[in-house]
Amino acid sequence: MKRLLLTSWKWVDDRLGISDLIGPSMKHLVPHDAGWWYVFGSATMVALIVQVVTGVALAFSYVSSSSQAYETLVFITRDAPFGSFLRGLHYFGASAMVLMVGAHMAQTFLFGSYKYPREMNWATGVLLLGFTLVMGFTGQLLRWDQNATWSVVVAAEQAGRVPLIGDWLARFILGGNSIGGATLSRFFAIHVFIIPALIFAFVALHLRLVLRHGISEPPTAGKPVDPKTYRKEYNDLIKRTGHPFFPDGAWRDFVFGTGLIIAIVLLALFVGPPALDKPPDPSVLQADPRPDWYLLWYFAVLALIPPKIEGYVMILAPAVIGMLLLLGPLLNNRGERAPSRRPWSIAVVLISVLTIGSLWIAGSRSPWSPNFNPVPLTPEIIGTTNGPVFHGAQLFQSKACLNCHLIQGHGGRRGPDLTYIASILAKDNMTIRIVNGGVNMPAFGATLKPEEITDLVAFLESRKRP
Amino acid sequence: MLGVPLVGFVVAPLFRKMPDSWIPVGKISDFEIGKTVNVPFPDPSPLPWAGITAKGAAWLRRESDDRFTAFSINCTHMGCPVRWLQDAELFMCPCHGGVYYKDGTVAAGPPPKPLIRYEVRISNGKVEIKSAAIPITTKL
Repeated sequence: MKRLLLTSWKWVDDRLGISDLIGPSMKHLVPHDAGWWYVFGSATMVALIVQVVTGVALAFSYVSSSSQAYETLVFITRDAPFGSFLRGLHYFGASAMVLMVGAHMAQTFLFGSYKYPREMNWATGVLLLGFTLVMGFTGQLLRWDQNATWSVVVAAEQAGRVPLIGDWLARFILGGNSIGGATLSRFFAIHVFIIPALIFAFVALHLRLVLRHGISEPPTAGKPVDPKTYRKEYNDLIKRTGHPFFPDGAWRDFVFGTGLIIAIVLLALFVGPPALDKPPDPSVLQADPRPDWYLLWYFAVLALIPPKIEGYVMILAPAVIGMLLLLGPLLNNRGERAPSRRPWSIAVVLISVLTIGSLWIAGSRSPWSPNFNPVPLTPEIIGTTNGPVFHGAQLFQSKACLNCHLIQGHGGRRGPDLTYIASILAKDNMTIRIVNGGVNMPAFGATLKPEEITDLVAFLESRKRP
Repeated sequence: MLGVPLVGFVVAPLFRKMPDSWIPVGKISDFEIGKTVNVPFPDPSPLPWAGITAKGAAWLRRESDDRFTAFSINCTHMGCPVRWLQDAELFMCPCHGGVYYKDGTVAAGPPPKPLIRYEVRISNGKVEIKSAAIPITTKL
């Protein structure tokens, strides 16, 4: 049996040339000291494979029709054998891919591996990061629940800010003048055909470039990259001390990739896929659109940038960041690679991580959004069950003050916490603020009667620090 | 030769015109003076497979016996669906905290413009709203 298999394999390999095709790639020499820092690229590839396999499986039941997609998602999640697990794998696979791309990029940047002759390795990687984020966003839309449909509108509104062609772009995203039959199918085409084709092409090019230029050696302080001598130095080093990628270098990739798959499987099993929102009925307005976690930071950006410049930030910032990432290696392709000699590179990575992390936390809490379902104030919090203070507390709730302000942990966070407002604001100032409004607060002078304002102020005056 | 039909097919929705139609949303007597309500209505030109998405909605306010105001449900900041809080007489946006007064003017938050208004008319005792595209409101 073994002999038959071996003979068969030799026949197939001879006719198809598999060993000739893959062999040189597997045996190519890699730096002997390329350690665990180098696993993130292959881990991204592992996550991509998980996405392809689970995506194809999900496509067996998913119907990309505006009228049926939601029902098929419900079927996949609730009724199809392993459907919920598969959705979980696809979701956490996407999350892993975003994380691994980020880690791979940070490592490449810190090690100065983008420098000569690997500028195009970096550039293709930057494009792959962009494609990955587009896949994440369009994937969220394919859930085709209420959150997805409103996210399409948000995307169209942003595209609408592009000068000259904004309205066209917005209509292209919507698939017409409104959400409808043409909307989902275009995102399906983008998510399943267009972007995957680009990803496959650029992954192939990226890998080709990795083989062409070799895996960069870990940086050494005091050994700058000089384009005139680098190739010879690298080739000499690799010939002298390099190890074949398989098995000497590949085992770490295998171990880390396996660990990543196990993590994705465990998360899919025990956390499960993201819950489906309500059906995609655009006439139901009880919606609370939020992006998936990997774009929550951008959701925060849209809330926190000053309105006067937000259009410029929305359009110009991605363009500038993209250009900087793409052109950076061309403008800085020589010199020291070691992070110790490039402390600014550590600062860039740290600031990027801290900025995105802080925005992510802000986005997940979204304190700028009103709380539409605040827990009512209890008699214990109000401190009385009758009189002006009690009536003021009722007004505080019915007039939507509680939607934006906290009182002892009840309410929203859009405005200041008013738990002890009487300790910091005088009665007259409270009245002025309520009647005229304030920074980011509506004026209630036209909607509240004078006696209602008196009662509301009486309630707020009772909010003193003990 | 191949590019023209290919691109033309993909971008065709850009050139799909909104039909110039009036959509009935209820009888006059269905609406109370001073109240603002959500009025759902069917998409005037849905594709056959649009299903549940072939719908739209507006906020309709009856100002007097024969005067109505219809607002777009889309926040002028990012297009999210604003909600009406009757007692507070405010529209609030769940996404980035935009707030509008009952006449649609901006009360607080990032929206750069008042809520878009739709044309409304009364015909044969029925309130009708003129069909309109999702407003792409904010330009750079």
